[in-house]
Amino acid sequence: MIKVEGLTKRYARTVAVDHISFEVNKGEIVGFLGRNGAGKTTTMRMLTCFLPPTEGSANVAGYDVLQQPMEVKKRIGYLPENPPLYPDMEVGEYLTFVGTIKGIPAAELAQRVEESARRCAIADVKTKLISKLSKGYRQRVGLAQAIIHNPDVLILDEPTSGLDPQQISETRELIASLAGDHTILLSTHILAEVEHTCTNIIIINQGHLVATGSVKDLMKRMRGAEAVVVDIQYEGLDAATARQRVEQIAGVSRVVVKDSEPGRVVLEVESLEGASIRAELARAVVHAGWNLEELRAAATSLEDVFLELTASEKNKAAAAITDAPPAAPEVIQ
Amino acid sequence: MRNIFAICAKELKGYFASPIAYLLLTIFAVLFGFFFFAAVEFFASASMESQMSGRAFPMNVNQQIIAPLFSNATVVFLFLIPMISMRLFAEEKRQGTMELLLTSPIQDWEIVIGKFLGAMLMYTALLGITALDIGLLYIYGKPAWAPILTGYLGLLLQGGCLLAIGAYISTTTKNQIVAAGATFGVCLLLYVLSWTTDMAQTTATKVISYLSVLSHFEPFSKGLIDTKDVVFYLSFIFFGLFLTTKSLESLRWRA
Repeated sequence: MIKVEGLTKRYARTVAVDHISFEVNKGEIVGFLGRNGAGKTTTMRMLTCFLPPTEGSANVAGYDVLQQPMEVKKRIGYLPENPPLYPDMEVGEYLTFVGTIKGIPAAELAQRVEESARRCAIADVKTKLISKLSKGYRQRVGLAQAIIHNPDVLILDEPTSGLDPQQISETRELIASLAGDHTILLSTHILAEVEHTCTNIIIINQGHLVATGSVKDLMKRMRGAEAVVVDIQYEGLDAATARQRVEQIAGVSRVVVKDSEPGRVVLEVESLEGASIRAELARAVVHAGWNLEELRAAATSLEDVFLELTASEKNKAAAAITDAPPAAPEVIQ
Repeated sequence: MRNIFAICAKELKGYFASPIAYLLLTIFAVLFGFFFFAAVEFFASASMESQMSGRAFPMNVNQQIIAPLFSNATVVFLFLIPMISMRLFAEEKRQGTMELLLTSPIQDWEIVIGKFLGAMLMYTALLGITALDIGLLYIYGKPAWAPILTGYLGLLLQGGCLLAIGAYISTTTKNQIVAAGATFGVCLLLYVLSWTTDMAQTTATKVISYLSVLSHFEPFSKGLIDTKDVVFYLSFIFFGLFLTTKSLESLRWRA
């Protein structure tokens, strides 16, 4: 549905988006992650034909954004970061206006307005002035505006920013309910949102693509197949000995000393893909005569993945000053 | 066509949903009302004088009331037109609704024409007020209607030129005050360029006076429709809107 190849946007002095490529298939909800200023909005603006790319190509709903912008615009719904609302209009009037310029035939217009208002739960404020609405309602009017012409592709720029927790969960539900009919690309810097709503994920940092893949794969890849935290207590035990012992277990790929003090060592153990090491690990510790205080799965949050990826990218960027070639994005399949 | 109409209707509603339409209508009604009163009063006392003195001055309502009123109106519009045109694009840019318009399946020129027509209708509403005053003259006299109609046509064309310039200037900024100020400056300049008609006739002054929107208006107020003036105004409007469209297009490349 969306195919981006080598997309680049250069401003006078900065490169906002640097040769990013990704693909979004029909019906997917894709989270577009990045810190503030990473280039999310610029990318979305290029996909919606608001900004022309400096280089590269983007194909949305089967049409190129530079060659056939009109065809692309007919098939996308776009909610910018600040919902594009006219404060002097009533909600119904606004939706009718947007419906008209999106090219909905006059005969269907009233019904489409009705339906998008119902889906976004704003039917009760249809005769209210937009300037009188709360932030949550405005956001929903913005969303209604994006779906009114039933577009193939929905591009949502931080759809939950500035909402209260109740509204955030309502908006997430709304987005989830739109899946299926629409292909959705949503940007955010709230990671919990991606874990909740998205099937796939694209991470960019400082204009570079850092990672793409499904949420599950991404978390798996970061920590090998499985990560286990083991807390060992034994009088006179030192970290090196414990580590050495654990490393000998079959299936262990990496051991990290998380914490060590006299008589206590906390290790984080990563296994190779597909290997289950918990039982072996417990046995090894007990056989050595040590006390196994705790054995638990290390909680991997997307937050860790994200921080790790963007941080390493930062280091790479720093290294680039010494003439290193730019990092190639890692694609996970 | 449907897009143009939708944009135009939105613009017009925008004027009347905000205080700006009412402010403009009030200012203009009061000022034009006073001009009308002064012109009629002057005409009445002049005709009284003419009867008293026994010598019959040729008195003409069209030339002595309506034509001066129209040229007074053009001066007032110099101030009001920037207030009509300032919001056209500057407001959309500030509100972020430009993103909606530019990502909708409509052409840039459709946006420009729609907005221009909306502004023209607002301007026509102001002209409508003058029709009320001038209509009163028909109760007491019989002014010739042809020069009145040509006068209105002239005012519409002249206003269109200034609105087209205002629309262009409005695309260049997010700030409505800046748009209004710059438009006023440019309009005033185009207006006073006509002073060069009184200067020594060199090629330079001829060219400059040709550029003045005012010097092309005078024939209209006298009841003359000269093709060269109509062509001047229409090409001026076309050029202004062309610039506006190009400027809108360039927003994408500059943003």
